[in-house]
Amino acid sequence: MHLLVCAGTGCHSSESDLVYEMLRDEIERKGLDKEVQIIRTGCFGFCEKGPIVKILPDNTFYTQVKPTDAKEIIDEHLIKGRSVHRLLYTDPETMEHVLDSKHMGFYKKQLRIALRNCGTIDPENIDESIGRNAYQALGKVLTEYSPQQTIDIIKRSGLRGRGGAGFPTGLKWEITRKNDADQKYVVCNADEGDPGAFMDRSILEGDPHSVLEAMAICGYCIGATKGLVYIRAEYPLAIKRLKIAIAQARDYGLLGENILGTGFSFDIGLKYGAGAFVCGEETALIHSMEGKRGEPSNKPPFPAQSGYLGKPTNVNNVETFANVPVIILKGTDWFSAIGTEKSKGTKVFALAGKINNVGLIEVPMGITLREIIYEIGGGIKDGKKFKAVQTGGPSGGCLTEKHLDTRIDYESLTAAGSMMGSGGMIVLDEDDCMVSVAKFFLGFIVEESCGKCAPCRIGNKRLHEILTRITEGNGTQGDIEKLRNLANVIKDTSLCGLGQTSPNPVLSTLDNFMDEYMEHVYDKKCRSGKCSSLLYYVISADDCTGCMACKRVCPTHAINGERRGVHWINQEICIKCGACMDKCQFDAISLLNDYPREMADVISN
Amino acid sequence: MNQISEIKTLADLKKKQEEVRARITLRDRAESPDSLVQVKVAMATCGIASGAKEVMEYFVEELDKRCIDAVVTQTGCMGYCFAEPTVEVTLPGKEPVVFGNVDPEKADEIIECYIKDGELVDGIIPQNYNTI
Repeated sequence: MHLLVCAGTGCHSSESDLVYEMLRDEIERKGLDKEVQIIRTGCFGFCEKGPIVKILPDNTFYTQVKPTDAKEIIDEHLIKGRSVHRLLYTDPETMEHVLDSKHMGFYKKQLRIALRNCGTIDPENIDESIGRNAYQALGKVLTEYSPQQTIDIIKRSGLRGRGGAGFPTGLKWEITRKNDADQKYVVCNADEGDPGAFMDRSILEGDPHSVLEAMAICGYCIGATKGLVYIRAEYPLAIKRLKIAIAQARDYGLLGENILGTGFSFDIGLKYGAGAFVCGEETALIHSMEGKRGEPSNKPPFPAQSGYLGKPTNVNNVETFANVPVIILKGTDWFSAIGTEKSKGTKVFALAGKINNVGLIEVPMGITLREIIYEIGGGIKDGKKFKAVQTGGPSGGCLTEKHLDTRIDYESLTAAGSMMGSGGMIVLDEDDCMVSVAKFFLGFIVEESCGKCAPCRIGNKRLHEILTRITEGNGTQGDIEKLRNLANVIKDTSLCGLGQTSPNPVLSTLDNFMDEYMEHVYDKKCRSGKCSSLLYYVISADDCTGCMACKRVCPTHAINGERRGVHWINQEICIKCGACMDKCQFDAISLLNDYPREMADVISN
Repeated sequence: MNQISEIKTLADLKKKQEEVRARITLRDRAESPDSLVQVKVAMATCGIASGAKEVMEYFVEELDKRCIDAVVTQTGCMGYCFAEPTVEVTLPGKEPVVFGNVDPEKADEIIECYIKDGELVDGIIPQNYNTI
């Protein structure tokens, strides 16, 4: 019997390490340590309900386990063979406990290739990875295929970069291979910058060997002997597990000189980044690795020609690498049968926002947004209405109800005005204000822009100012047109991918939610009530007793009215602090997102 | 890791994989429990007092040694306290069969005759109830 305890960052922060220790101690105390194995694994993906404990072979999936639950799990489940019902996942529709995780809606539609070992093996023990085929693909490639044959396999499989742009991986390897040099480099881009995306971290935490193995395969193909993982220092757990994995692979001789007696040598080191969004761009990433400022440079020369230290360098994303060993072992036909015509395989998405099952999912390309949100994601929180989903983070755009049945792949997302990006998926409901959402992402871009080129540095700042003005109720005629013009200029003239995609949130919200922009600018109204400057505190004449309590607390003396007479608020002075509403004992003050016309008339009379 | 020995060839790697595979096969098998031999050992107080723990260990080790894909789990009291330790064996596609008074010797017989060849052996307890 195996007990798998999630030790990904999400569960770890809700005390999963303590759960692990309590379970282990309890198992020892009951003398079950011979029959029961307890393993700390990578992320299960179902972060909404962490910490997760899964019991095999029963496939029982316990959610939100607390350290104090350990004794009950051991006593009831392991000894008496009864599952602990209160810890089981409850299906939100049928309200029934799900005994077998295979029947959970969250897992039904998923196909886990890149995440194949996450939540199944102990990432700190190379033996478990080897038991699940780690380094077999490397062995196969080194003994059976030439570098060019291997590249052809990857090309035929149709694998494309999972970091965002979707460049064909095999082609990238081939170009780097063709550039002769005394030294070449393989770089793994683990600088995951999208707010809300955490698939790369989860793969490195849950299955580091799949990435190390793929880097070695890539090294063999392009003729490199050195690999580097560029990882942000904000991922301490991923760094720790990578270090352990590299050390164990070296001890086994699976990294280093003369791997598997084939004469091929390859070693991997780590480089830490300070967590800048722009360093996900490959030229900026390489500059940062060289110790220079993390700023992008013009392409060409591409990194494949002149990259790290001026040598040909192949940069791939973590998730891209994680797909490689499986493709080698299972074949191109198997891989290219999954997905759509131009986008093969699967994609990992980080589901976040107003959705019931927040977490990490891996789905075949071509799945619809509806399936992701309503079947895997379990629908919108609190039964609210779906409004939009922001994909691709600050570089992407939003998809709306009309896109719910679009089959998701690189091309369809771009056509819909968004992009695949690294796979962040933030779900928004009717309570979200789209202008504020655009402003939020723009704010992120303004902070993360490296400042090298003017369109991105100055243009985005101006965009952010206009959006701020609109959300504060100071929007004027022409602002919307200015937004669109400026956004297009930034898109066309910026140096790197960050600038070229930065206005996407603005453009896509303009395309899909023009009516909300119009309301903000012309009616001074925010329908969702998110823009506090566009809300109005109003005293109801029927309920006001004239007690003067609100008048006394108002810091700006915006409230007028005599004792025992009806009070009213001067909207021009009101700073919307809400002190009056807190003070009123008669519930006479309410917050409206539309100033009632009749009130305005009464006051002006 | 128990011992660190360098893996020098692909054959070494394959050997290593065979060695460590047993540790995690259970996790692969959990995907399709119906296609495997399932052995349930009753491990309530009465069972443990009459030696169910040794029987369970014996099953785990021997099935592994004899390369039989099986899932061995423990369960609660089956109610046949007069015949402890009791073991329930389910072959793929067949009804479960309960054996009573199982000691390592009997366990050996069950593995060799029933699990390997499907021949019933003495000591079967007729099931006197249905479960829902």
